[in-house]
Amino acid sequence: MIRPEIIAEHGLTPEEYERIRSALGREPNLLELGIFSVMWSEHCSYKSSKPYLRQFPTRGPRVLVGPGENAGVVDLGDGWAAAFKMESHNHPSYIEPYQGAATGVGGILRDVFTMGARPIAVLNSLRFGATAHPKTRYLLEGVVAGIAGYGNCIGIPTVGGEVAFDESYNGNCLVNVFAVGVMPANRIFKASASGVGNPVIYVGSKTGRDGIHGATMASAEFERDSEAKKPTVQVGDPFTEKLLLEACLELFQTDALVGIQDLGAAGLTSSSVEMAGRAGSGIELDVAKVPRREEGMTPYECMLSESQARMLIVAKRGREPEVLEICSKWDLDAEVIGQVTSSGRIRVLENGEVVADLPIAPLTEGAPVYDRPRTRPRGLDELQRFDPLSLAPPRDLAEALLNLLSSPTIASKEWIYTQYDHMVRLGGVLLPGKADAAVVRIEGSKRGLALSVDCNSRFVYLDPYEGARLAVAECARNLSCVGGEPVGLTDCLNFGNPERPEIMWQFAEATRGLAAACRELEIPVVSGNVSFYNETEAQAVLPTPTVGVVGLVPDLIRCCGATFQREGERIGLLGAGSGSLGGSEYLKVLHGLTAGLPPRLEAAREIAVQRLVRQLVRAGLLSSAHDCGDGGLLVAIAESCVGTRERLLGARLSLNTGSIPAHAFLFGEDPSRILISFSSSAQQQIEQKCSDAGVPLAILGEVSGNELLVDGLLRVSVELLSKAWRGAIPAVMNRPP
Amino acid sequence: MKFGIVVFPGSNCDHDAYHVIKHVFGQPAEFLWHKDRDLRGTDLVILPGGFAYGDYLRCGAIARFSPIMDEVVRFAQKGGKVIGICNGFQVLTEAGLLPGALLQNASRKYVCRHVRLRVENATTAFSRAMHRGQELRIPVGHGAGNYYLDPDGLKRLEGEGQVVFRYLDNPNGSINDIAGVINQTGNILGLMPHPERAAEPVLGSSDGRWFFESLVGGSAR
Repeated sequence: MIRPEIIAEHGLTPEEYERIRSALGREPNLLELGIFSVMWSEHCSYKSSKPYLRQFPTRGPRVLVGPGENAGVVDLGDGWAAAFKMESHNHPSYIEPYQGAATGVGGILRDVFTMGARPIAVLNSLRFGATAHPKTRYLLEGVVAGIAGYGNCIGIPTVGGEVAFDESYNGNCLVNVFAVGVMPANRIFKASASGVGNPVIYVGSKTGRDGIHGATMASAEFERDSEAKKPTVQVGDPFTEKLLLEACLELFQTDALVGIQDLGAAGLTSSSVEMAGRAGSGIELDVAKVPRREEGMTPYECMLSESQARMLIVAKRGREPEVLEICSKWDLDAEVIGQVTSSGRIRVLENGEVVADLPIAPLTEGAPVYDRPRTRPRGLDELQRFDPLSLAPPRDLAEALLNLLSSPTIASKEWIYTQYDHMVRLGGVLLPGKADAAVVRIEGSKRGLALSVDCNSRFVYLDPYEGARLAVAECARNLSCVGGEPVGLTDCLNFGNPERPEIMWQFAEATRGLAAACRELEIPVVSGNVSFYNETEAQAVLPTPTVGVVGLVPDLIRCCGATFQREGERIGLLGAGSGSLGGSEYLKVLHGLTAGLPPRLEAAREIAVQRLVRQLVRAGLLSSAHDCGDGGLLVAIAESCVGTRERLLGARLSLNTGSIPAHAFLFGEDPSRILISFSSSAQQQIEQKCSDAGVPLAILGEVSGNELLVDGLLRVSVELLSKAWRGAIPAVMNRPP
Repeated sequence: MKFGIVVFPGSNCDHDAYHVIKHVFGQPAEFLWHKDRDLRGTDLVILPGGFAYGDYLRCGAIARFSPIMDEVVRFAQKGGKVIGICNGFQVLTEAGLLPGALLQNASRKYVCRHVRLRVENATTAFSRAMHRGQELRIPVGHGAGNYYLDPDGLKRLEGEGQVVFRYLDNPNGSINDIAGVINQTGNILGLMPHPERAAEPVLGSSDGRWFFESLVGGSAR
């Protein structure tokens, strides 16, 4: 008999428990309850988000595998395909930053190599609280060290990402990891358990008691006792995962596999149930055969452990010796622990005795789906009505610029990315800090991948629909700046508690916006992840629907960085703005405000400017291309001046601000604008192409001297700009405690 | 000249070394599995970068006990050429084939970036295509590259011209800015920077080519 406290401890509501009873026609035992609880957790079941995710466009001529598998796969041409996905590890990283972030990297890498791909790049999107908050430095230090410790050891380069700071993340940091792998397009592996009688093989690390109920922990908000949840965080072992990676890649060459899935959230339970669910088969496992780290583990612990670096493989019957031999070459534990059945049920045995026997369907497609109530947040109208121009302009524009450059969200992230091995595997064509997107070559090809990850969560907070559209547009724009054509998108939707109607409204609006932008820009969504309950004591994070986009660079010789290259280059702006300061970094840094209406995205304009910049890059006409994002045009110009440490360059500009106040012109964050530089000999051709494309081009000035000089507005040495931009994060991290 | 690249289970720059030797320099190359005891007739052994056995203990401390290392030591003692890059350098010091030790970086953080090196000895088999005083821009990527040697040993090392590369912008706190050293008989080199990461212009620097040209040119002569 299951007591109500036990049900509550499993994160199940009394109604959900009733539903389990009626699906079974009896009471579940404790193990069965545990299996239901993890499969029906928000983390595994997407019970609050499913209906909203269905609006995403998931098809396209390049899509080979869409959402629902371990990772999405797109066709790159030339016989190559890319597998990619983004996932959150927010809750564990807040509880234990090093291991939380490290295992976040490990988990997403397994998702990618499970598909048959060799991972070639990792990016991350991180959010931390205010730098003055006592926990921020500890979390940043630990998360970066964890990502580095894992990625550097397993030998997959961390090539890019984004990091932002806002006090809404004081009680919940965000750690989103985006991994990309490449593989032959005709060798994609899926997570399916088909073929009655085929052996189910466990491969990898031994199972321990770590991470039990990690998925349930990540499906609730934090209260004061988050420290006490440390045992639910797994411990990473990148060395063993490296062995697992190499062994799997070798196994994929053999033709002995039917299906494969990693053991991630909810461990052996979710992988076996999901594999059988996808195949419409059944599965039988004997937990006594599971390799274990500790003695005396119960079936409950074996089935729910989230120990890292484990895989479940379904092999062709009779091919077990081959599989076991490859695993043994890589010194990995491997055991046949069960077989595929046709029962439509999962049967868990312990030494042959049945300890759980459940139908698969109620665990997977039969999981509850909630249409949770939604309400537009109180106070949002008022926030949107705020007019940034009602505030006095800054007295000193140069000082305002220096303040923005030293805002940790804008400042150089060198302190972070130099801790990541971003060069291993010889793929890095455009490395961190050099361009708007990372560019990684595909081995043995002149093609490359452009990769970026983005979200401006202030925009999303102030207008979730527009904010999500802007995130997609910005991410795609970053790829276009390096010459990459967006071919697929993955998302990681980080929100507060979905049981609160205001959070659910944000989620509904943001997913509607994300779907709209993907349709408008014709970028299919091929994989993704939802992370709710990023909330502590009823204080939710800013809604953060992070997107990662993969782009194709047809010829690596023609890709473009974001920094000015030499004296005498012309500086121009593609596209035009209206001086939109709503939700800007300027308002946040100079006035401490998150208010106003974010800029509107005009899809036709965005598409035109992106297409144009790709064309210019591919024609070899540009020396640099840089999106005007956080901080607006002037920050973009300053970054292009000082982006290369060994070669700071000045600029002399004369701006026609029209009827827009100077500070709004300089710091406004309108989308669909790209700062470019080019040699004077290319000017005529560029002007022609802009006019053909119907995209306005303003010539702003030229690269010159060692000052940033804007006629009549400001003058500041590049040395100072560089110091402000490069010094900000080290100053935070090296501050005496 | 045939190159053999040792693959420990946690090597992760093995493919990179192989790629550069085979595809950039067109030389024969073969992987050597750590459990094997056969160098397959290679003329030069590379111990590549990575985390040989996870390096949860001291970097390279376990690698020296692997079967292939018995053969590498034997090969080196007979005068065979051996190069340890990054983790390979750590393994060579642990195996006693090179003097000194590689401690944790002074910053206590992993560091990955391009550094500037000065060639200190251009008469070795590994640097003969360079000239003394030449500056090279080559990446590092390590958490334990802080070279240390006792004062007497250091005096000998410097006196014998065994310091082959020196940092111009020391990234890890190495004593005397040492980035790469050679043994007394001149057939074993260890260096922390990764020349294989700087062998193709598309990757941002090709100064590592001088290193491979020294090796390849050396055999042709």
